[in-house]
Amino acid sequence: MKIAIASGKGGTGKTTLSTNLAAYLAEKESVVLTDLDVEEPNSGLFIHGNLINREDKYKAVPRWNSDNCTLCGNCQKVCNFHAVIQLVDQIMVFPELCHSCYACSELCPTGSLPMIPEKMGELREYQSGNLHFVESKLDVGQEQAVPLIAQTNKYVDEKYSDEIIKLYDSPPGTSCPVIEVTKDADFVILVTEPTPFGLHDLTLAVETMRELDKKFGVVVNRYGIGNDDVIDYCESEKIPVIAKISNSRRIAELYSRGRLLYGEIPELKDELVKVFDFVKGNLDRGET
Amino acid sequence: MKIVFTTKGSEWESKIDPRFGRTEYFLIYDEESDELSSFDNRAINDVAHGAGPQTAQKLFELKPDVLITGNGPGGNAARVLGSANIKIFVGAGEMTAKEAFEAYKKGELKEF
Repeated sequence: MKIAIASGKGGTGKTTLSTNLAAYLAEKESVVLTDLDVEEPNSGLFIHGNLINREDKYKAVPRWNSDNCTLCGNCQKVCNFHAVIQLVDQIMVFPELCHSCYACSELCPTGSLPMIPEKMGELREYQSGNLHFVESKLDVGQEQAVPLIAQTNKYVDEKYSDEIIKLYDSPPGTSCPVIEVTKDADFVILVTEPTPFGLHDLTLAVETMRELDKKFGVVVNRYGIGNDDVIDYCESEKIPVIAKISNSRRIAELYSRGRLLYGEIPELKDELVKVFDFVKGNLDRGET
Repeated sequence: MKIVFTTKGSEWESKIDPRFGRTEYFLIYDEESDELSSFDNRAINDVAHGAGPQTAQKLFELKPDVLITGNGPGGNAARVLGSANIKIFVGAGEMTAKEAFEAYKKGELKEF
């Protein structure tokens, strides 16, 4: 069971929900939590365990070899990202723009653009009882989150069966990294806050999930601040609001100390139960 | 001397476009022949990734001696321009092309 925790707006509580839900469920069964916000992973601030694996992750980028190059220009024509350009008598490669699609390399008639592995980041895996925690982090200077997210997903898929609960902490927004995180999820939880900004970005996230044809529901965090527009929007769009987490200074204090919340805040535990029961019920019944 | 400006239009009175990669136009002034021409770069709006290198590649083809712009090219574009031996002057973001040219002549623009 793959559940992605995403949002439109950043800072709405994806990591709070991901880490607390993962730790709570792991009290009874095996859970894998994967932090795919590879530009700034922070689930690890709340989840502590023994480091059981560490791997460098590489992406392949072309490197120009001038020996046999005929300067035909095929490479720059096929690159959608302008990562390869031809200047009079040379080919210039921009590794930061490269999406590792291999088109320039494969379609080069003289084999002048071999793909060379370049380190982009690091994956770490921790374990604490039933809770397995995987996080990946991009190296400083790397701009492409998607290849690292894809490789991290592959690692988790190869190591853990889909029978167990897999939670994915997504980056914010609605761009390529979020698509990469959510595209294989069975259910997506969109975390938002009841503010105009929260609503604005939630509508973008909803449009994205509909485009991807995903099952999804909304968790309203910091409930009590702002206004009722998020709730009204969900009602009018027939989107299930599966839990509401009340705004609380106590939560902010515990969070700021890197502590999990559900052990100390019983209402939060109730909301976690609601979230999981809803998602599981929805998937068991095969609803859309 | 061939001087290229990043601009928002095709005339001397056009404002400098402070952006390099996503500049709307190149205004091209050939000092020897006293000829002014322009290149419409607005198609760059449809390019999501790699605007810098692509615009730099276009500039490369124009073979200017000097580029006058606002903020200066980003890292990728600078790499392309670096291989072309073009002198780059920045800080003209608030001027018209005419004003920028005069400022350049007086040595008031900063070399990138």
